[in-house]
Amino acid sequence: MTHTPTGSAGPDVRIGAGGPAPRGTVPAPPPGAPGPGRRRAWVESAARLRAAATTEPGRLRIIGAALAVLVVAFGATTAYQVTDRSTAADNVVKHSAPLSATAAEIYRSLADADATVTGGFLVGGELPEKVSDRYENDITHASKLITEAAANSEGSPQARAEIAALNWQLPKYVELVTAAQTNNRQGLPVGGAYLRYANSQMRKPHGLLSSADRLYQIENDRLGRDYTRAKALPYVSWGLGAVALGALLWAQRRHYRRTNRVFNHGMLAASAASAVVLLWLVAGHTVARAELENSAAHGARSMQVLNNARISVLQARGDENLTLVARGSGDDYENNFADGMTLLAGKDPKGVGGELADALRLADDSAGSAPVNAAITGVQTWRARHTAERTSDKAGDYTTAVAKVIGGKDSSGKTVDQTTGSCFDAVDTSLQTAVAHEQDEFKSAADSGRGALTLLPYGAAALAVIAAAGALLGIGRRLSEYR
Amino acid sequence: MAAACTLALLGALVPLQDDPAPLSAGRPAQVTWAQYAATQDGSGTCTQPERSLDPNLGSTTGAAVARIRKYGKLKVGVDQNSYLWGFRDPATGDLAGFDIDLVKAIAKDILGDENAVQYLTVPTADRIKDIKSGAVDMVVRTMTINCERLKDVAFSTAYFTAGQQILTSGGSSITGFDDSLRGRTVCTATGSTGQKKLQGDRHGADVMLVANQLDCLVQLQLHLADAVFTDNALGAGQAAQDPAVHLVGKTVTDEPYGVAMNLADTDLVRRVNKVLNAYRADGSWQASYHHWLEADLPGIKPPVPLYK
Repeated sequence: MTHTPTGSAGPDVRIGAGGPAPRGTVPAPPPGAPGPGRRRAWVESAARLRAAATTEPGRLRIIGAALAVLVVAFGATTAYQVTDRSTAADNVVKHSAPLSATAAEIYRSLADADATVTGGFLVGGELPEKVSDRYENDITHASKLITEAAANSEGSPQARAEIAALNWQLPKYVELVTAAQTNNRQGLPVGGAYLRYANSQMRKPHGLLSSADRLYQIENDRLGRDYTRAKALPYVSWGLGAVALGALLWAQRRHYRRTNRVFNHGMLAASAASAVVLLWLVAGHTVARAELENSAAHGARSMQVLNNARISVLQARGDENLTLVARGSGDDYENNFADGMTLLAGKDPKGVGGELADALRLADDSAGSAPVNAAITGVQTWRARHTAERTSDKAGDYTTAVAKVIGGKDSSGKTVDQTTGSCFDAVDTSLQTAVAHEQDEFKSAADSGRGALTLLPYGAAALAVIAAAGALLGIGRRLSEYR
Repeated sequence: MAAACTLALLGALVPLQDDPAPLSAGRPAQVTWAQYAATQDGSGTCTQPERSLDPNLGSTTGAAVARIRKYGKLKVGVDQNSYLWGFRDPATGDLAGFDIDLVKAIAKDILGDENAVQYLTVPTADRIKDIKSGAVDMVVRTMTINCERLKDVAFSTAYFTAGQQILTSGGSSITGFDDSLRGRTVCTATGSTGQKKLQGDRHGADVMLVANQLDCLVQLQLHLADAVFTDNALGAGQAAQDPAVHLVGKTVTDEPYGVAMNLADTDLVRRVNKVLNAYRADGSWQASYHHWLEADLPGIKPPVPLYK
């Protein structure tokens, strides 16, 4: 710290460099070249350096300066690169993952509102309070989240466009549902037409769900980019670390050869500090990468699959309800239901497949797989009951079909409690539990990944300063032998 | 500018047939009402398709009637979605309408109980198939008698004569299926007679196509369409759901509705024609008409039965 590397070399250089120094001034400045003063200064310092390299103290000064610069550069680069990765990891935890979750939740709330309101329609007359409350909650929740997303997506024009589309379409959807309910209360079949129209506005290309889906994709891409940035290998730091350590070793070997002294304490300390930084960097970032990879694999990817499964469940429920709302002209809703179920749980109604099988594969512990298994069982029961319900409806027993979907009395006056609705609720709840579990997993893994990097930039900076000081002290000690 | 807006709206709202969107309003199979024939007299031998079997010239109690009595219930394909004709009353959850009244009269005649009916939801596309396969004994569902269908099924005599007509909201300058439609948006169901008529002469109107005739009422109420072109029977059903909407001008086609049955069930066809004769004569037809239709579709008399 008391030794300034190159500045102090000035007066000494002239001692042994009387000859070459003036040589630099001999060539005339080329015409049009920058001012002769500047040119002379540059040439002069190059000449001084050359002159210095001819004497041992001069060489030592150059070596000392180079070592200090290398070590400081290594420390600074490490601090910078790790801070960059740490910021990205921070973004994963604090921004992109929550934004992605918000977008998924917007999607889910909208799909839930749609499924809920179609179910309420089957009850006939006034919407039951439970149903209208859930619908109201969904819509309020969705609007709140859309506002939140708007506040947090300042950077992305694509995200802003989707949020604007959501903002513009949601009140229109609500209006259509209101018209559907008003007409239905009066016993007018046009209520059903309004409901189907509202549903189509929800699901059509560029409709509400598609905007929510694209917003989710955009936020997920951002999450992916933050992950990539956080996990990017700090090659420059590694390289500089290796070069700095190599240079320190070379300097020590040179020292040993010239003086036969094995240890130079300063340089030894510099080597140790540099090695610690390099090891810390490699170990810390590897751990961070592993934890982030873990959070991506078991948290983010699981959540993505589970969120998709939840959406499939909600849409299947909506289709099941709309098949009955459409009253005999609902073949397409029934086909959508079948397609949705295949996507969700595979072709075989009694088997395990589709998104739920993916979710099960990604679940890495029993706390994660238990709710997914419960959802799989729920879906199997649901599909069996749905088949029975379709049989009733096709046989002309609409009342029983409705009772099998939402509960109530069948055509013979018996109360049906084995409804597809209870399966839907159970599956939805199970998936919600699974998502919450994966969310925790994600959070703890991402937090420890982030934590592995927290102290590294400060440590790298401090150790680099120590290493530079060690190198200069070590060289300074040798230099003092020439005085 | 207005035209551009309309076009934009059309682009946004009309589910085109080649639109790959599976979830849009346009679900091709959701045409819940009668599909009309392409030709009224496609062949030289069929000029008056509404001529049916005379109940006085053959048995009204044969194999088909015996089969129904043995089963104990009349299996009827109906619509649950046509207001005033066949729809589920949300208050009671039961089917009701002009078609349903007729079904009850037939069931009472054959089985002695107007409630001895198994109502089946038959998708439009499956109506003829279900009659031919015997899944239903008959279809009573605003089904138009025409030559093309006569190749596959037998019809009773006509129990109602409907026709394509314009429906619009109050205060509209549209006066019917005429040049008052110029520059306005007319909604009709994909594959309907209305669509075919509009292809022939649209009177300068922009055509909006939807999956289900009832979807047109939604478009009309949302001011996305200026008029609806559908048959007056279904138009009356729409008018009854919105006091601001009414039929205007004249009908531009004649579409007789009949009860469709299996070609082999000749005794059943005669039986139904016998029931229809009594239904027209004893005032039941008039009572049902008065209850369901007269307010929105005034001045209609029961069609005179024609026989082969």
